Amino acid sequence: MIEIINVTKYYGSHIAVKDLTFTVKKGEVMGFLGPNGAGKSTTMRIITGYMPPTRGRVLIDGIDVLKDPMRAKKRIGYLPESPPLYRDMTVKEYLLLVCDLKGIKGRKKEMETNRVIGISGLEQVTKRLIGNLSKGYKQRVGLAQALLGDPGILVLDEPTTGLDPKQIKEIRSLIKKLAGNKTVILSSHILPEVNAICEKIIIINKGRLVASGSADEISMRLQSRESIYVKAKGDFKKIANTLQKIKGMQSINQISDEAEVLEFNVEFEKGRDLREELFYAMAEMGCPILEMKPNKLSLEDVFVKLTTQEKVVETGEDLGSL
Amino acid sequence: MKIWAVYRKELRSYFCSPLAYTVIGVYLALSGYFFSVILVTTKQLIMTGVFANMGLMLVFIAPILTMRLLTAEESEGTMELLLTTPVTVFDIVVGKYLAAFTVFLMGTVLTLSFPLFLCTYGSPDFGPIITGYTGFVLLGGAFLAIGLFMSATTDNQVIAGVLTFGVGLALWIVGWLAEELTGKARDIANHISAVQRYEGFLYGVLDLSDVTYFITIILAFVFLTCFAVIKRNCF
Repeated sequence: MIEIINVTKYYGSHIAVKDLTFTVKKGEVMGFLGPNGAGKSTTMRIITGYMPPTRGRVLIDGIDVLKDPMRAKKRIGYLPESPPLYRDMTVKEYLLLVCDLKGIKGRKKEMETNRVIGISGLEQVTKRLIGNLSKGYKQRVGLAQALLGDPGILVLDEPTTGLDPKQIKEIRSLIKKLAGNKTVILSSHILPEVNAICEKIIIINKGRLVASGSADEISMRLQSRESIYVKAKGDFKKIANTLQKIKGMQSINQISDEAEVLEFNVEFEKGRDLREELFYAMAEMGCPILEMKPNKLSLEDVFVKLTTQEKVVETGEDLGSL
Repeated sequence: MKIWAVYRKELRSYFCSPLAYTVIGVYLALSGYFFSVILVTTKQLIMTGVFANMGLMLVFIAPILTMRLLTAEESEGTMELLLTTPVTVFDIVVGKYLAAFTVFLMGTVLTLSFPLFLCTYGSPDFGPIITGYTGFVLLGGAFLAIGLFMSATTDNQVIAGVLTFGVGLALWIVGWLAEELTGKARDIANHISAVQRYEGFLYGVLDLSDVTYFITIILAFVFLTCFAVIKRNCF
């Protein structure tokens, strides 16, 4: 299980990830979607313990990555965006090295190496230098490396970028094969790809969570709901209880709660404008609204970006099968 | 401890490319030249002059041996592998240092043929030769630690190499400068000069403060390297 709790990451003054909270349950394959620069790689690097978050916590099977990095790292197999390969090594040598780094010893070392070579379909190239392999094979070596030691959690950062359509299919079916007994989080900027592999999707944009659920749920919500972002002073529980009574209200989600200033999203039926009612309800409670703006755009915007990429991949696949 | 995993990997990469062979080869050729020329001209069974020249050669050799140690990991993205497997920064840094040091030691061991050669033609005084080697190994260790640190500060191998060369040469020439200075400035220059420290060893003097000087440099730069790696990657 991966738990990300209120994770925020700054690079200098630039916010890469803001107050991100989500959970990937055991055995789940989670798609982590977002346009380029949304903060996907940063989040994955934080999960794997490569860099610490500025604020917040990450728990791997209940182990805090910051407090006990060695134990947490043992449970994770990680494929970074560009596979971390030593070009001057053969595939076999490289995998044996990663065994050493992961502390896989003795007879198990050879067995594990052969096992991941089998799963990743690398039998033909074990003696070739990694530097001379095609992009697809390099990606597979990267994946094989992540699988060494049979970690319960796999973090795969854009595992199919740069591959040709046939290779994409192969990697996808490979990941599907792994699903079931592994917890997998896989990032992508292409919606259909994630849709094809993952049961659950999380969409982020500009470092913030935009939507989560299955792809169908998300698109349903897009069609049936509108959302407003509200920043106000007051107690969230009280506000939520009162606002819930407004006709057409569907859900109220808290985003953050800092120094008595509350941020939340209000979702309601499409076609209704609840802003006036919201204003009066809040005024009655004595909770001043500091900021209010429709934020339907963010998800739609992201969704459009993600779905427009779809065609590219699909035509690509058609080409591949010709 | 994953130090040995990193160590083996690094040593392998030295010897899988022509790097280690070239460096050791050139180093042996030049030190062999110094040895024979000095032996022929002085006709003395001592190695003081040879060690002095070999020491200066380290200023050039150390950057070449160390410049890719951490820069390559950063630029190839493999640092991400090392830091996301259960390996500590300390393991990575020390493993790499020991690998570079091993290559240097291999070259040094091969130069033992010089004193052996002296033995076949006479009976040299082994005291200064033993202390000379001790000083030489310590000097090399210090320069390699500086080089390791420089490789952690940049992505660019050439820059890492030039910085190492610059610092090594500065530690060397500050000793020459000392001779021109007087008073307090001279003391300070002598204190930080690698040459001054090194010279003692060559004349058979094993001074604890000189040994401490080199060991301090080694430990300080190895730890600084750990901090540099953490700083670069984790913030």
